[in-house]
Amino acid sequence: MGSKTPLYDNHVEAGARIVDFGGWDMPLHYGSQKEEHHAVRRNAGVFDVSHMTVVDLSGERVRDFLQYLVANDVAKLKEYGKALYTCMLNPEGGVIDDLIIYFVADTEYRLVVNAATREKDLAWIRKQAEAFSVRVVERAELAMIAVQGPKARELAAPCVAGEYRDSALALKPFNGMFAGDWFVARTGYTGEDGWEIVLPAAEAPGVWDRLLAAGVQPCGLGARDTLRLEAAMNLYGSDMDETISPLEAGLNWTVAWEPTDRDFIGRAAIEKQRESTDRRRFVGLLLEDKGVLRNHQKIVVDGVGEGEITSGGFSPTIGRSIALARVPAGDYDQAQVEVRGKLLNVRIVKTPFVRNGQVRIDV
Amino acid sequence: MSELPGDLLYTNDHEWLRRESDGSVTLGITDHATSALGDLVYVELPEVGQDIDAGGEMAVVESVKAASDVYAPVAGSVVAVNEDLSDDPEKINADPYGDGWIVRMKIGDFDESELMSPDAYQQLLDELDD
Repeated sequence: MGSKTPLYDNHVEAGARIVDFGGWDMPLHYGSQKEEHHAVRRNAGVFDVSHMTVVDLSGERVRDFLQYLVANDVAKLKEYGKALYTCMLNPEGGVIDDLIIYFVADTEYRLVVNAATREKDLAWIRKQAEAFSVRVVERAELAMIAVQGPKARELAAPCVAGEYRDSALALKPFNGMFAGDWFVARTGYTGEDGWEIVLPAAEAPGVWDRLLAAGVQPCGLGARDTLRLEAAMNLYGSDMDETISPLEAGLNWTVAWEPTDRDFIGRAAIEKQRESTDRRRFVGLLLEDKGVLRNHQKIVVDGVGEGEITSGGFSPTIGRSIALARVPAGDYDQAQVEVRGKLLNVRIVKTPFVRNGQVRIDV
Repeated sequence: MSELPGDLLYTNDHEWLRRESDGSVTLGITDHATSALGDLVYVELPEVGQDIDAGGEMAVVESVKAASDVYAPVAGSVVAVNEDLSDDPEKINADPYGDGWIVRMKIGDFDESELMSPDAYQQLLDELDD
């Protein structure tokens, strides 16, 4: 038996198929993964993401510390509550994890890191934090609920305490705020509008029940994966890991090269890679033949070389198979994927595949 | 769990087989298999006329989650495939023993005792639930 989130009983009650995910007993789906997916694109769905790791940092030098720890620059965060997506790198430029950083106060930041990487992340953060006298506190006692979809904020707003409700509804994308014990942020992992709410564990089951009663669809990890794939959001462990730099995972936009004298871990390694001309591309693929693209399938680019699918699956919104893939350098927009001994045709497309309910590629 | 049709034979791999009056057999996967796989999104079917060994790959069903091989419980030659599944693989989820059939094969003699009766298969499912 794995660890259970405060919402485990709610999942069982809602008919979830429970699977192990990084040591946690989590819902895969509650009957139909596709219906859950569509609910988020068209209305609203709720995900238990309490398995994710919330870490609070505090100290006089916490900003200096984060400017050293991660590849993006927290100096971009000018207003309280603002969020930043970034990677922490090892000295070789590989990704230890991707994370979101919230600017809470001048001497306080909140991090949300992945569940499966919890132990190594905490060890790494604590080790680097020593030199900056930054206090690192894991908030394992908190639950986290993501409510996502075009109607998500409207349907979830009555759950937020009245005195904070209007401010929460006024949050701009990628901003968060404390609402008493709660932290409400307009962020997510689906390509739709919505909130991620960090709240005391004891309150989570009641909020979950209220959301379901309001017509919000409970959604499992299965739908979470197809939604994030359509939105072309990377998954740690699939699209990048400690041997892959952000530059080969489509995350160039999360690296702050300026100011040039900011010394973050891994900088020298990825600067060298930035200048190289044979760096692999990270692309979106649309399958033109029938079938389904899957992780680790081999890509063949005629006359150029081979690559690999890092995240592949079926897109319920498009009704075709899509993938994220690492492919050889070069200027081309057609390739083939080896599926059970046959070569199927794929087209390289600009991501995201889907955003805010709309298909963004030509199909 | 819905009631198992009483006129079918079943396998350990959660496939079903029905003997037709012309001596051919119709094959598909069980309700238990479809709910374990989740929503099906693609089915790879064999060619009509293709010979398949007992235990050989007869089809591939792909759900949102994963691809799974479907094995022929008996040797035979494919006489028909359910073409409707190409456009509507979810027929298997909706009606696994009816519209969701996968392959019809012409077979030689085979030993029915190697397959499971509805009662025996139900017992297997009950054990899996425990």
